[in-house]
Amino acid sequence: MNTRATHSDSPQNADRRTFVRGVGVLSGVIALGHPLAALLPSRAWAVELRVLSSVDAAALLAMIRTVAPHDTLDDAAYALVVNAIDADAAGSTAARADLAAGIASLGAGFARMPEAARVVHLKAIESGAFFQAVRVKTLMVLYSNPIAWAHFGYEGEAFSKGGYLVRGFNDLKWLPDVPPADSGPMPFG
Amino acid sequence: MPRFELNDPDLVVIVGSGAGGGTMANELTRRGLKVVLFEAGKRQSLATFSQNPGEAFGQLTWLEPRTQSGTWDPVKTSPTLPAWHCRTVGGTTVHWTAATPRLQPYEVRARSVYGDIPGASLADWPIDYAELKRWYQAAEMRLGVTRRNGNPGMPASNNFKVMYAGARRLGYKRVHTNYLAINSRARDGRGLCIQQGFCAQGCKTGAKWSTLYTEIPRAEASGKLDLRSECFVTRIEHDDAGRATGVVYRDSAGVEQRQRARIVCVAGNAIETARLLLLSESGRFKGGLANGSDQVGRNYCHHVLSFVFGIFDQPVSFWRGAVLAGVVEDENIHDPRRGFAGGYHLELAMLDLPTLPLIGLPYGWGRDFSSVIDNYRNMAGMLMNGEDMPRPDNRITLSASRKDAYGLPVAHIHCDPHANDVAMRAHAIGQGRKIYEAVGAKRTVVSPMTPATHQMGTARMSHDPGQGVTNAYGRAHEVPNLFISDGSVQTTAGAANPTLTIVALVLRQAEHIGREVAVGRL
Repeated sequence: MNTRATHSDSPQNADRRTFVRGVGVLSGVIALGHPLAALLPSRAWAVELRVLSSVDAAALLAMIRTVAPHDTLDDAAYALVVNAIDADAAGSTAARADLAAGIASLGAGFARMPEAARVVHLKAIESGAFFQAVRVKTLMVLYSNPIAWAHFGYEGEAFSKGGYLVRGFNDLKWLPDVPPADSGPMPFG
Repeated sequence: MPRFELNDPDLVVIVGSGAGGGTMANELTRRGLKVVLFEAGKRQSLATFSQNPGEAFGQLTWLEPRTQSGTWDPVKTSPTLPAWHCRTVGGTTVHWTAATPRLQPYEVRARSVYGDIPGASLADWPIDYAELKRWYQAAEMRLGVTRRNGNPGMPASNNFKVMYAGARRLGYKRVHTNYLAINSRARDGRGLCIQQGFCAQGCKTGAKWSTLYTEIPRAEASGKLDLRSECFVTRIEHDDAGRATGVVYRDSAGVEQRQRARIVCVAGNAIETARLLLLSESGRFKGGLANGSDQVGRNYCHHVLSFVFGIFDQPVSFWRGAVLAGVVEDENIHDPRRGFAGGYHLELAMLDLPTLPLIGLPYGWGRDFSSVIDNYRNMAGMLMNGEDMPRPDNRITLSASRKDAYGLPVAHIHCDPHANDVAMRAHAIGQGRKIYEAVGAKRTVVSPMTPATHQMGTARMSHDPGQGVTNAYGRAHEVPNLFISDGSVQTTAGAANPTLTIVALVLRQAEHIGREVAVGRL
């Protein structure tokens, strides 16, 4: 993990409950060994937030990491979830208020708690609307991007590469092949 | 493509362009009838299918709101999406995974074979199996089903190798790469399966049968089809004699229109078909069109569906390859010694990474949840598909709390699983786990009941007008020129994925309509 929460407002004066457009930024650097590191123009990433302060964004990111903990999955993937929640909240005053109240309920210092303490904290609110909204958004966003796909090995779109017919749909070797009577021939040769 | 007049007195109107409606359009235009085919969704093509799973879901899925209640899992695990089907030209044949088993003879005699099961509204089908079988053969020819009529079986994928080895070790005998409406060889002007694993996002080679690029273009080529996509039918109207006279619909601009019809075929799937009949209530048909039996919307069946995943020490890469290219058929029997009536299939299945947490693991969080996904490369998967008991109160009604964009109540789905469903699910999950454990799974994981992908039973066939909505041809008992042309007519669910049965019944219904028109009775 290599993520910074940057304050674009003055921390001394910032009221974390007051949401001002463009207050927060989440940024980080994708690890050198990451499969995407070679593909991207830069390993540095940053997500500009419309609603959340940087402190709140860091708390939310910690919550998302507790909901779906993959130790070696880069923060850049988790930041996409923060970004999506932030964008949703920008849509209405009520949504901003709900999000603010939800993050407030995590308490100060949540992001710095050890995981076991964060789990205890979240267990207490897991049936509530805030937790469930964040959980569902996490499931929807965290696994739907190329960073996660590269991490978990999912190969994504296959049509442009000719499918998997000659690229490993049947390359499993640790079990015997299926007899022809119960399967079928390859469609060539 | 012709555009027929709104007051043309000589048209067949079909509502819905999926397996039932799309096939019916081809069958009727082939017989010289003029057809207006309504589809609520947009038209996509092989070129426009998105291969990003999330985008494809948005492109194809029926996302208008629904409400639900009852004790079935989707109330909790899928509150906004109780049923997963399509809203696009071609209907659910665009995202289906193309498994095409037949119902078994015992399944169309469920009431006689299973006996009187308390809390279930079982009935025998009003069709002889020998008759049904003839139409299955016709449907299998039409769809190019693998392992039938000389079409080669699908080659075995990694995921199937795991299922096969485990199932054989358990002693299962009928295990193969499934009956699929997917070209294992190029045929019928369409390409062959290149094992992409993107069946559910729209098959970009067209190897998988869909009415979008088979039945519908053929109907268009006849010059007798007027396809109106992005047009939503809101009501079926009738005259003083109780005959359907046409439909009211919103056109693609949202403007209300009225299309006259000589015959109306409804094929909106068992949820929307029931909703349309209920929305069409009138002074004569109180409580819904053709609903004197009070059976419209009742007996909603969706199959008992659960994923079982096995996690192994070595890679499987189960996202590669045709999704449902494998089946264990041995449990598709009626053997009460197992503790339940009816049977199930264990079908090969996988979920792409974005969909896995939403459909396969929609409940958990934390380390237990994430450690499953950490093993994505090493997962194998299957889906049980079992017969669910029809229940009078498992039903589609009009929602009291939600309205659609036109101010019409959306469909409300109520489902309480029958004890038989619960016992069957436990058995199937147990067998699925054993299959994977027999080949060294270090962990097995099961999903809850998934959102319903098979919709059946809400306008069931019966010889008795008091017990069913339609006769054995899917013709409404009370409205002689109204036909139900989708899975709604299934008297019971059986364990077969419904599309082949829908097509078989529609081929039969189309012949009936053609005959009745020819002799002047329609």
